[in-house]
Amino acid sequence: MPPPDAAALTARDLCAGALTDVSLDIPPGHILALSGPSGSGKSRLLRALANLDPHAGRVSLGDITQDRVRGHIWRRAVMMVPADSQWWADTVGAHFPDGAADDLAALGFGPETLDWQVGRLSSGEKQRLALLRTIAHRPRALLLDEPTANLDPDTTARVEAWLTERIKHHGWPVIWVAHDPAQIKRVADTHLRIAGHRLETAPCS
Amino acid sequence: MQLIDLAWWQLALGAALVLALAGCTLLARLDVGKTMLIAALRTVVQLSLIGLVLEALFSVAALPWIALMALVMLLMAGREVTARQKRRLTGGWAFGIGTLSMFISAFSVTVLTLVAIIGPEPWYTPQYAIPLLGMMLGNTMTGIAIGLDRLTDAVWRQRALIENRLMLGHRWQAAIGEARRDAMRSGMIPIINGMAAAGIVSLPGMMTGQILAGAPPTLAVKYQILIMFTITVGTGFGTLAAVLTASRRLFDEHERLRLDRIAPPK
Repeated sequence: MPPPDAAALTARDLCAGALTDVSLDIPPGHILALSGPSGSGKSRLLRALANLDPHAGRVSLGDITQDRVRGHIWRRAVMMVPADSQWWADTVGAHFPDGAADDLAALGFGPETLDWQVGRLSSGEKQRLALLRTIAHRPRALLLDEPTANLDPDTTARVEAWLTERIKHHGWPVIWVAHDPAQIKRVADTHLRIAGHRLETAPCS
Repeated sequence: MQLIDLAWWQLALGAALVLALAGCTLLARLDVGKTMLIAALRTVVQLSLIGLVLEALFSVAALPWIALMALVMLLMAGREVTARQKRRLTGGWAFGIGTLSMFISAFSVTVLTLVAIIGPEPWYTPQYAIPLLGMMLGNTMTGIAIGLDRLTDAVWRQRALIENRLMLGHRWQAAIGEARRDAMRSGMIPIINGMAAAGIVSLPGMMTGQILAGAPPTLAVKYQILIMFTITVGTGFGTLAAVLTASRRLFDEHERLRLDRIAPPK
C-alpha cells in the first residue's frame, strides 16, 4: 500500500535531444524500463524530466508542474541518479543530509562507511552509495541511469531487490535505464525502447 | 627640492638598452624580440598621448571633461577584463559584468576617498582624481578578470559535479558554491599579497614617485597606505560583485546550469 503522498509522474509532448513528442504516465510504485542504443537520447530524456536542460513539453508529479516551481524544488522531488556519480566533499558521510544514511547494511556497507575517503571508493561502491545518497535526500520519484552498470551479478541482484522493495514501499514512480533484458524482466512493470525519434512499447521479457 | 628634468636624449639612452635586450633575445632565439619592441613602442606612444591629454585636462579642470576621461578609462578597463578571460560569458555579459562591477566598486571608492578622506578643493581636482582612479581601475581590473576567469573555467570543468548536486535538489548557490568561493578568493589574493609585501619586498610605485617628486617620505607613506586600503576595498567588492553576478548568469530561471552561456576559448 503506497503512502498517501505518492504521486504519478506524467509527461506530455516532451522533446529532448533526438526524441520528439514523448508522453509518459508512470503511476506510483511503477518501474518503467527504458532501453535503446547508446547515444539514442536516454540520458537526455532523464535530464529533461529532471529539468536540467531546456526542453519543450509539460512534466508534472501529482499536482506540481515542472515549469511552475523553482528548479531545486522540482529536483528535490524528482531525483536523477547519473551513470557516473560525482563526489565533492572528502568523506562519504558529508554527502548525506545530516551525515546519516539508512539502509547501509542492505547494500553491504557498515556504519564506518560514512567516514571513508571519497578518493578511495571503487566505481561499484560509488554507484551503490550514490543510490543511498539519493534515497537519503527523500525523493518522490526516481530517474535511474543504468544504476547497476558497474556491479557484479551478486551485487546487482542485491541492489535490484533492495531498490524495488524501496520503490514499492514509498510508491515512487521510476524510470530505470537498462540494457540487460534479464534485468528488465526482473524489475520492470513496463518497458519502452527508443526507436529513432519515438518510444515504442516493448515486452518486459 | 625640484624634480630633475629628463631630456629626450636621456630617454633615448633607455631605449637603446631595450634595443640591446631585444638583440640578445633574438640571438638566443627566444621569439619575444618583436613583441617586446612593439610593447616598448606602445609605451612611448600611449604615455605621450596620455601626457598631452592630462596636460589639457589639468588646465581645463572642468567636471564634464574629467567625467568623460573617467568613462573612457572605465571602458578600456572593461575591454581588458574581457580580453583576459579564457572562457567568457556570451552576448556581451563578460564585458557588461566586468565594467559594471568596476563602476560600482572602483568609482564609488574613488569618489568616497576624494570627498571624505583626501578632500581636495574642488573634490574632482584632476591631479588627484585621475591618478587615483587609474590605480583603482588597474587593480580592480586584475581582480575581476582573475575572478571571472577562474569561475567560468571551474564551472566548465566541474559541470558533472555541479549538475549532480542539482540532481539531488541542491540550490544553485550550493551547487556552484565551491567554484564561486575559489574564484572570489583568487581574485583577492594578489592585492592581499601586495599589502603583505609592501615596504619589505617592494617599494610601491606611487610612493616611489612621490618621494622622487620631493614629498617627505612620511607623507608619501601615508598616501600609500591610504591607496593600498582603497585598492583592496575596490578590488574586493568589485570581485565579489562580478563573481556573484556571473555565477547567477550561469543558471537560468529554473536553476539549470547553462554552459551554452560560456563561449569556447578562442
